[in-house]
Amino acid sequence: MKQKSVAVVGAAETTEMGKIPDMSQLMLHADAALNAMRDAGLTAKDIDGVATAGDSPVEIAHYLGITPTWVDGTSVGGCSFMLHVRHAAAAINEGLCNTVLITHAESGRSRVGARRFSRDPASQQGQFEVPYGITNPPTMFTIPALRYMKQYGVTEEDVAHVAVVQREWAAMNPRASFRDPITVEDVLNSKMIAWPFRLLMCCLVTDGGGALILTSADRAKDFPQKPVYILGTGESCETPMISQMEDFTTSKAFRVSGKKAFDEAGIKHSDVDHLMIYDAFAHLPIYGLEDLGFCERGEGAAFIREGNTRPGGKLPLNTNGGGLSYMHSGMYGMYALQESVRQMRGIAPAQVPGAKISIAHGVGGMFAASGTIVFSNEAP
Amino acid sequence: MAEYNRPLPLPTPETRHFWEGCRQGELKLQRCTACKQSYFPPRPFCPACGSRDVEIYKASGKATLYSYVINHRPRPDFGTEPHSIAVVELAEGPRMMTNIVDCPQTPEALQLDMALEVTFEKASEEISLPKFKPAKG
Repeated sequence: MKQKSVAVVGAAETTEMGKIPDMSQLMLHADAALNAMRDAGLTAKDIDGVATAGDSPVEIAHYLGITPTWVDGTSVGGCSFMLHVRHAAAAINEGLCNTVLITHAESGRSRVGARRFSRDPASQQGQFEVPYGITNPPTMFTIPALRYMKQYGVTEEDVAHVAVVQREWAAMNPRASFRDPITVEDVLNSKMIAWPFRLLMCCLVTDGGGALILTSADRAKDFPQKPVYILGTGESCETPMISQMEDFTTSKAFRVSGKKAFDEAGIKHSDVDHLMIYDAFAHLPIYGLEDLGFCERGEGAAFIREGNTRPGGKLPLNTNGGGLSYMHSGMYGMYALQESVRQMRGIAPAQVPGAKISIAHGVGGMFAASGTIVFSNEAP
Repeated sequence: MAEYNRPLPLPTPETRHFWEGCRQGELKLQRCTACKQSYFPPRPFCPACGSRDVEIYKASGKATLYSYVINHRPRPDFGTEPHSIAVVELAEGPRMMTNIVDCPQTPEALQLDMALEVTFEKASEEISLPKFKPAKG
């Protein structure tokens, strides 16, 4: 990818987040999109590329009155928006379009106009996983964790630490769903969901959305907001079935996507000032730190427990509070991207002073897919 | 037989031999005649080398416990008590999702790497599900 040739010039979340029973999922898309267009000083007439996941980009384009020359409906779960950013950057570089709108919205909690989730009993998952009682992410995403914990001697307390540290970040964020401090004991005393996972190790279920607007870097300086440049991107996928993951202690999709993004950006790990790792469950940041190469295998939990990722630590991680404490409407990747953009603009509620490079790393499905975006606020 | 009200698999042409094997009390795997790799889930070609020259064979039914959770969320069709959702590693190499049965559904009883053997749970005239129980001896 051509370095720093594309930038984010508009970014916004829905006006409200959390519980929004008076708005359909489609309107949540529009609310986020209208906020992002206002942020960028644009209208629908200025947008010529549209991407979304879950819902159809056709529906979003038509609802907003956009006539695109480029459409991307890549839908590989919660990291789809990282893939959209990557595809949009390529499309803009190639001249397929000039100004791309990427939206996410989900009425995850209120389920107003939300899609029904069903699995075909003839699909691979329908035949070889669903009959054993998997219901939703808490009984799927969690399955590899015990193997990881045994292999590396990681304890329930270690996993609980992830949630405790992210609550510290959430406490600094007025928009976070949960802001009261918690202890390891609180996490370990919370309701059992799917052993070894307890309630406070699992992400929230909320309503909300977000939108991004991207254009070429040479146009970006003419927009009202400080441009946030795309430095490198990666994507990959592994398996639609958690049971068929190659190794339960590491995500191949994470490793491939992360390496690609680092290589494209031409940066070292020590260059990274701020990191977002999609945390649907408390073990995700541990896998992410290792698979992205910030820690050796088996050392991610200790890295978090020792305070490296907490406020004041050397690698601020999930500074919005994450899916565990900030919000999680279903496909959280968009919110990780939003927080990276806020950090690069210097306007995050828990701003990392002087941060110049931020990475947003997403997961899709249950370790099924991955996308990684490296942002920078320094002009080309 | 009590009425079975859990979701059931719908076999496809590529998987029918597997489910037919389960119905007859046999765990069927496939392996590549070219590269000898065993694999699962079923498909009529080798995922390792792409060869269509594959054979179906009866697996040993022996496995070890690779990882699992104990679901505490309501699943009335699975009863009122927490139940395991596990991934086992078959002696032949491939892994598959299953439930561990004939065993307390507790972390103490369910130790990773414990030896298991297949057992079949009849769900309908067409479908028997492969489940795993602690190996004897």
